[in-house]
Amino acid sequence: MPPVDIISVFLTPVFYLNMLKFMMPITIAALGEIIAERSGVVNIGLEGLIILGALSSVYFGIFSGSVIIALITGILTGIIVGIMYALIVIYLKGDQIVTGIGINLFAYGFGVITLYFTWGTFANSPYLPSSAMIPKLWGVSPLIPLTILLSILTWYVFKYTSIGLRLKAAGENPEVTESAGINVYKIRVIATIIGATLATIGGIFMGIDWLNQYTRDIAGGRGFIALALVVFSNWNPLRLIGGGLLFGFLYAFSLSIPSGIIPDQILSMLPYIATLLVVAGYAGKAKPPAALGKPYTKE
Amino acid sequence: MRVKALSIITKHFPESGGSYLQLLADSLISLLAGFLVGGIIIYFAGFSPFLFYEGMFIGAFGTTGSALNTLSYMTPLILTGLSFAIAARASLFNIGAEGQMYFGAFTAVLMGYYLKFPIFIHPFVVLLVSMLSGGFYGVIAGWLRVSRGVNEVISTIMLNWIAYYLINYFTTYYFYNPSRPYETPTIGNSAKIPPLFEGTTLSYTFFISILIAVLFYIILWRTIIGYSIRTVGINPSASEYGGINVKRTIIMAMFLSGGVAGLAGSLEVLGRFGNLDTGLNIVKNLGFDGIAVSLIGRNHPIGVIFSSLFFATLKSGIVNVQAITSVGGKTGVPLELGITVQGIIVMFSAIPSIISMIRRWRRI
Repeated sequence: MPPVDIISVFLTPVFYLNMLKFMMPITIAALGEIIAERSGVVNIGLEGLIILGALSSVYFGIFSGSVIIALITGILTGIIVGIMYALIVIYLKGDQIVTGIGINLFAYGFGVITLYFTWGTFANSPYLPSSAMIPKLWGVSPLIPLTILLSILTWYVFKYTSIGLRLKAAGENPEVTESAGINVYKIRVIATIIGATLATIGGIFMGIDWLNQYTRDIAGGRGFIALALVVFSNWNPLRLIGGGLLFGFLYAFSLSIPSGIIPDQILSMLPYIATLLVVAGYAGKAKPPAALGKPYTKE
Repeated sequence: MRVKALSIITKHFPESGGSYLQLLADSLISLLAGFLVGGIIIYFAGFSPFLFYEGMFIGAFGTTGSALNTLSYMTPLILTGLSFAIAARASLFNIGAEGQMYFGAFTAVLMGYYLKFPIFIHPFVVLLVSMLSGGFYGVIAGWLRVSRGVNEVISTIMLNWIAYYLINYFTTYYFYNPSRPYETPTIGNSAKIPPLFEGTTLSYTFFISILIAVLFYIILWRTIIGYSIRTVGINPSASEYGGINVKRTIIMAMFLSGGVAGLAGSLEVLGRFGNLDTGLNIVKNLGFDGIAVSLIGRNHPIGVIFSSLFFATLKSGIVNVQAITSVGGKTGVPLELGITVQGIIVMFSAIPSIISMIRRWRRI
């Protein structure tokens, strides 16, 4: 590709719109994960939550034709899965990684069989009616600025409020937190449910805002890229915005290279290679919460 | 603290904490829960769960041929199960068996097609090379973990996608069958491993899988490598203090884990398919299946053999139900139903000792 072409890629507004679209789902899922992980709970089921959020919002969007119902059912899905996950890993002391793997397997299979049983296909659902799509403000989805605002809000809560301090304490040293009279279970359950819900909002964006249909590989590893983003942002919601933009840029760039110059397979590989390289460069410097992933039992 | 240590021991050492009977009961409860939720989904999809499961069972064991076919599904599941198990013993979550298996399968097709060896030697050369290729693909994740601090869950998933697209690239542009461009060339006859009986899918590869499982049992409990792997899995800092090289052990565990996953792919090529499709659909998900196989087998090589029989039944049974439900060129019930059930089973298997929990509730 001649250098002039590369520059012209960056001059089109479509490029920046794509960048924001790629940024949104991974950033909001990573934000949810940061909240959960700061309280001490890992949820690697983000991929599955994105799938389930997209699936439920598209399914109910198509059948009700209403964006409100699509949104509510999508968010409810996140809350329900979040409650189940919290029940298994916090009260029943289930292994967090294994349970997350279970969510991912279940969601992937459930997505395919729903496609089959509802629309008789293995590939993708029909398109949504326009009444069930999220309306755009000046051509941009309102969920994109919402993601950025939520990240800033989370940063503020972490840094300046007592709720944020308690949450971080639960993730650093649950025993001491409990002895200070704070209910660690309650904080972790709430953080887990918020985390799961934010991840499904990423899926809702994919389903009823961006693609306007459900496709078999709708998540496409985004849940795991979000996990990488958590490490990259060092559990800091402000740095997350920058990381999300960087990943969005890489995605949008690989998409804007005209096909034929580089084979499709190599292009599809780029985001995953980039994620691996970025995490390999940063993971050693990142500092996860001390009690992350360890089940806590009340004395 | 004592409770926590105990729960780690019961999870990783079925011999020392909790009786075998209790572990068996836990696994059975997880399986039952999976079937129950699966049944509910089938019911809401408009089928009778009883007829569905009956069709599955008949499909899996109805005739001698179908029973042998079911056993043939065990061959790769044992190996991908072992792959997850040996990494889990070192406290590593290798979700990359899928990509490592792709590499093994692709290497097997390449080596089976290009190399020329006498009839008994060729398969073993191919198996060895594809085991190494899967192993080295696993080592990438191990190396990233020990030298760069990258969590293996993230790296192995990324490596799965990279393996898929890389092989898809080579099979689409360079290594395809000119008369059937969506397939790779078929391996030479000297590399094929024959079926046990004419006309069945069960091949001698089955015994290789069983042998490897026994070998892994010996490695884990009778060798220094196995001892290091299990110790690192329980307490890395204490084992470092005790003189075990933790980094080398983690890389070794990932090599064994990836190697055995690569072997799964290559046995499928040599003993069953003879080639691959460019989309890798014929081997897809075997690596992910291994997660459930290993967890239900309590990450124990011998447990893995038994639990792989169960998941092989699930797979071959659903293939049968798909055949029954497909009408007029339209495919029936998707095979992904099996994955959905697996997901539920995995979630339940995460809960430590369900049985003792129920006992505690009853006492209250």
